[in-house]
Amino acid sequence: MADDTRPLSVVARPTTDEIDRRNLDWYIDKVVQAVVFICGISAIVFVIGIFVFVTAEGFGFLVDTFDFAEFFGSPRWKPTSEYRTTYGILALIAGTASVTGLAMLVAIPFSLGAAIYIAEFATGKTRETLKVLVELLAAVPSVVWGFIGLTIMNPLIIKTFDVPVGLNVLNAGIILGLMAAPIMTSIAEDALKAVPDRYREAAEAMGATRWQLVFKVVLPAAKNGLLGAVLLGVGRGFGETMAVLMASGHSINLPDSIFDSVRALTATIAAELGETAVGSDHYRALFTIGIFLFIITFIINLTADLIVRGIRKG
Amino acid sequence: MAVDAGAPMRLAPGAETARPKVEVRNLAISYDGTPALVGVNLEIYENEIFGIIGPANSGKTSFLKALNRMDMFNAAMQVSGEINFDGRDIRQWRNVYALRGRIGVVFPLPVGLPMTVYDNVALSPRLSGQTNKAELNDIVERCLRRAALWDEVKDRLNSLGSLLSGGQQQRLTIARALSQEPDLLMLDEFSIAVDPVTTMRIEDVLKELRNEMTIILVTNLTQQARRLADRTAFFLTGSCVEIGETEALFTGQVEDSRTADYIAGRFG
Repeated sequence: MADDTRPLSVVARPTTDEIDRRNLDWYIDKVVQAVVFICGISAIVFVIGIFVFVTAEGFGFLVDTFDFAEFFGSPRWKPTSEYRTTYGILALIAGTASVTGLAMLVAIPFSLGAAIYIAEFATGKTRETLKVLVELLAAVPSVVWGFIGLTIMNPLIIKTFDVPVGLNVLNAGIILGLMAAPIMTSIAEDALKAVPDRYREAAEAMGATRWQLVFKVVLPAAKNGLLGAVLLGVGRGFGETMAVLMASGHSINLPDSIFDSVRALTATIAAELGETAVGSDHYRALFTIGIFLFIITFIINLTADLIVRGIRKG
Repeated sequence: MAVDAGAPMRLAPGAETARPKVEVRNLAISYDGTPALVGVNLEIYENEIFGIIGPANSGKTSFLKALNRMDMFNAAMQVSGEINFDGRDIRQWRNVYALRGRIGVVFPLPVGLPMTVYDNVALSPRLSGQTNKAELNDIVERCLRRAALWDEVKDRLNSLGSLLSGGQQQRLTIARALSQEPDLLMLDEFSIAVDPVTTMRIEDVLKELRNEMTIILVTNLTQQARRLADRTAFFLTGSCVEIGETEALFTGQVEDSRTADYIAGRFG
């Protein structure tokens, strides 16, 4: 009512001489700011802290024993050999790379297809249900995937392909692919959803079919986000430990075929670290692998992040 | 301003025929049961510019969407009544994409698709299977010339369409619509994000295009309807109040006083 001139609130507004007095609200504000600032930068502190710790542990090896050509060029990882220890991680890199590569072959078509279906074709309840299920799938612990690799995939591969061992690149690649697919689906779907609807309307009004619309307009517009999703999947593949340890056979090999058992960088650390003497060459060599992994995953994730961000800005 | 139209894209039909291009009977549109437009009956003839004026929420855009069958993938939008395009009920076109291909649409806000200027215009011919590079070059140049954009973009056909200015993007949108070789061009408040100079250039383009296609011009600038439209319909809060010769409406020969009030700017 226009003629109601009562004050809006019974709380008095600050008078002129109160303006310089800091009250409780002012202090609460400062404290909250300080607390969220500490939480905010904690991620940076932890990343740097971990890097410093891993580097410090591996540093001795880098200075004393490290031989670049042997470390990256030799497939012989023999840290406990009685007469000549060699620390070559080429076979381990090949193991990780082959498993990750195969996993991407499995995961990319699956996750892209699923993301396109969920974002562009599914409607209403179907879409909501699928999204929840995909997220649920992403939450399955990796040891469960490893268990599936051991008990289901292993006999299946032996029977289907008539090979002596079912724990190999194929097994680990499929398991890792299935593991990475849900998270990739989720991110790829976000990328597709970020494409403005007016693009879809414009193409649709022009007579494009749903598929033409997706293929010619939506996918090109979302390509950076999709590339980011793939790179995050690759990062996941490099870093995954338990499932790969259980499904890959864990034997040092330069694989000739997908039926060869391999060993991954991460699995090597997980399996051996507990049994080395702290401070020994072997112990420090494992940390050097850790540095290498840290750098690789850092580069992959950073690239993925920059690509995804680049899209949002453009 | 004279526009170099290039070679005509198809034979221009002769004199105006009396055959209705679009015939609307008892059209009603609702969204989730809330009516947006009721009881619309009108005809739109070949080679005329048919203006639709009216304030916001009068159902103008819904009308265009129904003509283009955009209700198909929008579960909330229900359309009843009959819309005949070239004498056939559009709901009996078995290939809705072919129907849409014959109707060009220009939206209120320019939509430069995130691809090069060239690809924006070549998209529609490519969708219908044209792969010949020379043909595509020809189509792109002609459509851009007709949309009065060629001179400004001919040196940067390979830059992103979404980086053009607003007015350029709107002309790009028109060029893209022309590349469909539409029978019917629908423009929905195209000048909303365009400066006055560009608006006048586009209006000149539309006057030329009238010789080759039917145009529906939805506008909230009543004077724009006066400048361009042969006949004009006045939509208000979900119904079609009046349809008449544009000049007649604007010189006071109206049946409903609301039309006169709106045109005179007393509301809306």
